[in-house]
Amino acid sequence: MDASPQRPTLSTSPRILNEREIKIVASDVNVYYGDKHAIKHLSIDIPDRAVSAFIGPSGCGKSTFLRSINRMNDTIPSCRVTGDILIDGKNIYDRDLDVVQLRARVGMVFQKPNPFPKSIFENVAYGPRIHGLAKSKTDLEEIVVNSLKKASLFEEVKDRLNHPGTGLSGGQQQRLCIARAIAVNPEIILMDEPCSALDPIASARIEELIDEIRQNYCIIIVTHSMQQAARVSQLTAFFHLGVLVEFGDTDDMFTAPQDKRTQDYITGRFG
Amino acid sequence: MSDHTVKSYDDDLASLKQMLAQMGGLAEEQLANAIDAVTKRDIKLADRVIAGDEKIDALEQQIEEKSILTIARRQPMAQDLRQIIVAIRISVDLERIGDLAKNTAKRTHAISEQMPRKLVSGLTRMGNLAQEQLKNILDAYAQGDANKAIQVWRSDEDIDALYNSIFRELLTYMMEDPRMIGPCTHLLFGTKNMERIGDHTTNIAENIYFLVHGKAITEERPKKDSTSTTSFNLKT
Amino acid sequence: MTDISAQASIGVIATASQRALIARRYAAERRFRLYGILAILLTTVFLVVLFVDIFSKGIPAFTEHRLQLAINADAAKLDPENSKGPDKIRGGDFNGLIRSKLSELLPAVTTRADRKALNGLLSSGAADEFRAMVVANPALLGTDVAVPVLLSDDADQYFKGYQTGTTRRSGESALQMIAEGNNIRLSTSVPEFRGALDALKVFASERLQNDNRELERLDNLIASRTDDLKSAEAGAASGDAAAIAERDKLSSDIASLTGTRDQLKTLVENLAARVSKAAGAETLDATLPSLFVEVNGGVLKVTELGELSALASPILAPKSLDTAAPGNWSILELSIPETNRRTSDKEIAWLEQLKVSGVVESGFAWRFLTSGDSREPELAGIRGALTGSIFTLLVTLALSLPIGVGAAVYLEEFAPKNRLTDLIEVNINNLAAVPSIVFGLLGLAMFLNFFGLPRSAPLVGGLVLALLVLPTIIIASRAALKAVPPSIKEAALGVGASHQQAIFHHVLPMAMPGIMTGTIIGMAHALGETAPLLMIGMVAFIVDIPGSFTDAATALPVQIYLWSDLPEIAFQAKTAAAIIVLLVVLFVMNASAIYLRKRFERRW
Repeated sequence: MDASPQRPTLSTSPRILNEREIKIVASDVNVYYGDKHAIKHLSIDIPDRAVSAFIGPSGCGKSTFLRSINRMNDTIPSCRVTGDILIDGKNIYDRDLDVVQLRARVGMVFQKPNPFPKSIFENVAYGPRIHGLAKSKTDLEEIVVNSLKKASLFEEVKDRLNHPGTGLSGGQQQRLCIARAIAVNPEIILMDEPCSALDPIASARIEELIDEIRQNYCIIIVTHSMQQAARVSQLTAFFHLGVLVEFGDTDDMFTAPQDKRTQDYITGRFG
Repeated sequence: MSDHTVKSYDDDLASLKQMLAQMGGLAEEQLANAIDAVTKRDIKLADRVIAGDEKIDALEQQIEEKSILTIARRQPMAQDLRQIIVAIRISVDLERIGDLAKNTAKRTHAISEQMPRKLVSGLTRMGNLAQEQLKNILDAYAQGDANKAIQVWRSDEDIDALYNSIFRELLTYMMEDPRMIGPCTHLLFGTKNMERIGDHTTNIAENIYFLVHGKAITEERPKKDSTSTTSFNLKT
Repeated sequence: MTDISAQASIGVIATASQRALIARRYAAERRFRLYGILAILLTTVFLVVLFVDIFSKGIPAFTEHRLQLAINADAAKLDPENSKGPDKIRGGDFNGLIRSKLSELLPAVTTRADRKALNGLLSSGAADEFRAMVVANPALLGTDVAVPVLLSDDADQYFKGYQTGTTRRSGESALQMIAEGNNIRLSTSVPEFRGALDALKVFASERLQNDNRELERLDNLIASRTDDLKSAEAGAASGDAAAIAERDKLSSDIASLTGTRDQLKTLVENLAARVSKAAGAETLDATLPSLFVEVNGGVLKVTELGELSALASPILAPKSLDTAAPGNWSILELSIPETNRRTSDKEIAWLEQLKVSGVVESGFAWRFLTSGDSREPELAGIRGALTGSIFTLLVTLALSLPIGVGAAVYLEEFAPKNRLTDLIEVNINNLAAVPSIVFGLLGLAMFLNFFGLPRSAPLVGGLVLALLVLPTIIIASRAALKAVPPSIKEAALGVGASHQQAIFHHVLPMAMPGIMTGTIIGMAHALGETAPLLMIGMVAFIVDIPGSFTDAATALPVQIYLWSDLPEIAFQAKTAAAIIVLLVVLFVMNASAIYLRKRFERRW
């Protein structure tokens, strides 16, 4: 099972892939941490302007794959990636690809909110500043305000933009991190369990935010909550032990999954 | 199918299944007694059937409540979700079957000693077919056998065909002897009830198929009942 | 579940063994708290003792005694060519003017030797202020100028009470004076002199005891040497050259010891005779405490003492020999004999006279902080060493902070994790433990000999200390960098910052408080280091204040070391005062660094 490339269980291509352009194509991707084979022969297509959810038990490789898309795995010395990951047709593991530019196009929101220990304004302004997206101070302010509005945080913080970002509540901090990711005008937003540290109300606001912004970005969300994946995404991929077991339209996956392992996982039959 | 990690979830689903089985058994019993009552003109049996219907109604209520609770509590997905939805639907069908059996039993009061035996035979034969369908479909549900369900689903043709012929037969009786119109009408209704019971088992069959395969039957349901378009000529 | 049934209510432990366990635990906690408090108390005691000792020794060095004189700035002596030019005025005879003024105040000082001794009471730099005043303002020429004149260190020490203890007692009865040749016979009706007499006898008998003990010791030494000689004789008889040499040496030792012992024996016998004479008159000599009588404007030195009368020779002659009324005269006892102190009786008498005439003043010794080092204790100041230390530390800071932080950042973030990096890490940790004098040797070999940098310069001192301090800063900075949560760096990378931007914009500012702590520790360490500076030559006697990083200089700890070696008592006080200055500098440095660190912490 490990040696040969496995196509996931698909009887038909998910409908969503026909309705949208394909943003990311992964082709026989393998990821190794030293000797550990973390992701085995992964091939998947991710649509643009839609939300794709990665689900699976702990240690199945979904976060690893997520971090391969913006090459955050490069920071881990023992990590090795083979295969191709193409964004808009260009392989991001090419030698001549600037990782810094890649990370400006592919934003990331982490599990635990991690705003910079700076003011709210500075948090959002840092990205545009280092990438030279603002030509003047007013430009920069506009970018910051717009990003905060898109992250539906602006109303709450508009009169304390120079207060430290770490002084906000958990949910607000996470929205700040989303605003920070949006500020650099990315095409893809990767979210690694963004709601797992938040209370239900804050989680709901994040879900609402995702609903609002998915028209404009390709969003990939890794989540432990099946219900959240069902609510928020259009395409769901189920990972197990480093292998992509099944992926398809979310509605079908959660009402009538085709693989027994998927079925067992989402109905809570995994011992 | 392995067990849920949370055992009480399994218990919830098992109790639903058990209640449905109980309801099915009751329906079978009601149907058998109703046919018996009409065939043997047993008023007492008929009355027992009429009284026994409330148990089926109560079970339908319980199943509905349990299903709603399980949905709220467990947020079921996939197979489990289908199982619960199907449980609600099947309980509705079984409750209708119970009602039809009660209605048929009621007709016993109207059919008197004078009616010739050969008139009732049609109803009896229909009733036996319906019984067989019901038994088969309940078995199919218990075993989760979609193929068996399909068989039941296709066999509805036979009930329909039999109903056509009994319909014509009763019409002929009524035309020959106008004194038979009263009892024959009752018999007609009773026979119609049996045909309806068959339709309900077909419903249940479709649900079982959905439960097992996750999508609806794509074929057209076989409908051989042409009585709605049968015309007769009083003049001949 | 049986425990529950045994419990009466929540919180009540039923079984005896559990109770014992709890009691033991509480007892252990109490003991631990006690140990902690004891440790703190002990430390506090040590600190208090240290500070009290240093401050009590050092504070006197911050005051100096001066004469406030009104001197006519005679233009004839100071500016004979009447040029009014500063250079010419500077060469004028200011000292002469001061000396003549002094003679005016004490006209009784006539002989050449006496006059020399009187002038010796002034500091060698006594004329400095006078000179500076007139040079700055030539218009003062010809006018009377109020000039502060610095006293010598011995005079200063006398007034501070270090030379001898002084006890003054006012006379209770009348004092009669009769001339007896060159001396004066004093008599009183009440035994005024009894107290002094008793004190003398006590002093003498103590002295006798000490001398007897010394005699005993010498006798023992001679005895042991004689024994050794006997054994050496035996060896010498056999012709052994080493034994012969030893026998000769021992012989000469015994001879000299015997000589000393005999001298001491005669002294002891004399002293014993005098002490045993009980109630007789005492003859005072230089080995006994001195006694003065101040009467009628003069100072008499007592040479013979009885209970009711005394014989005294005048140091400063009284105006008249009239009987002095009670309360108009006094007895001054000096507890240390003349031979054991640096100021003679005459000098003390003159100083007391000057004091009575009101020209002696004591004030804050600003020159301690404004002048450089000097051979004369009263003129020595800390400024040269302070400037040298500050320059050295500036060089150290300028070198070690950027290099240290840079190295830490590189090792922590950019260096590949291989054997070479591990080797470097281990070596840095080891360097932190290398004795500081090794760095001095390194500085000597490399900076002075190989690169040929100027010796004794703050530049070289700073370089050597930077090497010393570098490992501390690197280790502390690495720890601070490691302590920054990795989520911050990830967040920065996720937004599209390069590795370098993430480090310098986010990680480094967050690590600043820890880096500052390391710097504070390193700089404090460097401020107090003496051994490496000695090696590179900052041990010379530097008088001038260093003006640049390449001028020869010395450093505060070195200065303290040098001063502590010098014999003059005044330098002991200066050493303690310099330690106080060092502590103040350290305190100021640390306080400002801690303030900076708080600023960094608050910002985030």
